[in-house]
Amino acid sequence: MTFLYAAYAATWAIHITYLITVVRRYSRLKREVDELNQRKK
Amino acid sequence: MKKAFPILGLLTAALLSYALYEALVVAPREQTMGDVQRIFYYHVPSAWTAFLLFAINFLASVQYLVRRNPQTDKIANWVVVALGVLTCIGAYAFQRWLPADVYPSSVVTTGVAIAGLYFLIHKYFSEQGTDILALTTAEVGVVFCTVVLVTGPLWARPVWGIWWTWDLRLTSTLVLWLIYVSYLVLRRFSTSGETPVLAAALAVFGALDVPLVYFSIWFFRTQHPQPVIGGGGSIDPRMLRVLLINWLAFLCFAFLVCWSRFRLERLQREVEETQALEALLEPGGSVR
Repeated sequence: MTFLYAAYAATWAIHITYLITVVRRYSRLKREVDELNQRKK
Repeated sequence: MKKAFPILGLLTAALLSYALYEALVVAPREQTMGDVQRIFYYHVPSAWTAFLLFAINFLASVQYLVRRNPQTDKIANWVVVALGVLTCIGAYAFQRWLPADVYPSSVVTTGVAIAGLYFLIHKYFSEQGTDILALTTAEVGVVFCTVVLVTGPLWARPVWGIWWTWDLRLTSTLVLWLIYVSYLVLRRFSTSGETPVLAAALAVFGALDVPLVYFSIWFFRTQHPQPVIGGGGSIDPRMLRVLLINWLAFLCFAFLVCWSRFRLERLQREVEETQALEALLEPGGSVR
C-alpha cells in the first residue's frame, strides 16, 4: 500500500508543481501588462 | 469562453475525484500483485495522454514548418489525404501482416483520426498558433511523461524487485522524455530568431520515438508487461472501465492545462511584442 499511495501522491505532486509554475508565470505576466498599461496612461 | 473555463475546471475536478474513487475503491483487487496494481490506473492513462500530446506536438510542428510556404502547405495537405487513403486501403490489403489482435479497423481509425486532427489544427490555428500549440503540448506532455517515469519504478519495485531495468520499453520512454526536455530547453534558452523552426524540426524527429515506445512491447520481449488492450493481452471488463474513466479524467485535465498554457503563451508574446515596439519608439530607441 505504501508504494500505491506514494505513486498517487507523486502524480499529484508533479501536476500541482507544474500548475504552480504556470500560475507564477501568469502573475508575473499580469504585472508586466499592468506596468505597460500604466506607462501608456 | 472565459465563463466556460471555471465550469469545465469544476467538472474536471469532479471527474478526477470520481476516477480516484473508482481506482482506489471500486476497481477489483488484482490477485497476483494485490493493491499495488492500482498504480496502473494512473500510470497507463498518463502514458496515453503523453503520447497523444506528443502526437499533437508533431502535427503542429509539421504544420508550422510547411505553412511558411503556401506551396508546401498545399502539398502537405495532399500528402496527408494520400496517407489517410493509403492507410485505409493498406490495412485491409496487408491484413495478414498485422500483429495478432490488431484489427484493420483499428488501423483505419488511427489513420483517419491522425489525418482529421491534422486538418482540425490547420483550420483552427494560425501559423503562430501552431507554434504555440506545439510548445504547449510538449510542455504538458513532458509533465505526463514524468508521471509515467515516476509511477513506473514505484510499481516495479514491489512487483519486480527492482526500481529500473534497461529494457526497450523503459529506455525508449526515458529517451522520449529527454528528447522533449531538450526541446523545451531549446525553446527556453535559445535567443535565435530561428528557434521555433529548429524546435519544430527537433519535434518532428523526436516524435519518431513515440511509435517505438508504444510498439516496443508488441514486437520485443521486455521486462515490461505486454499490452493489456490488443497485442494478445486481456483485461477484466471492470478494470477496463476504471482505466477508461481515469483516462477520460486525465484527458480533460490535460485539455484544461493546455488551454490555460496556450492563452498564457499567446499573451506573453503579445506583451513581448508591445515591449519591443515601445523600446523602438522611445526617443533613444535603436531605430530612427
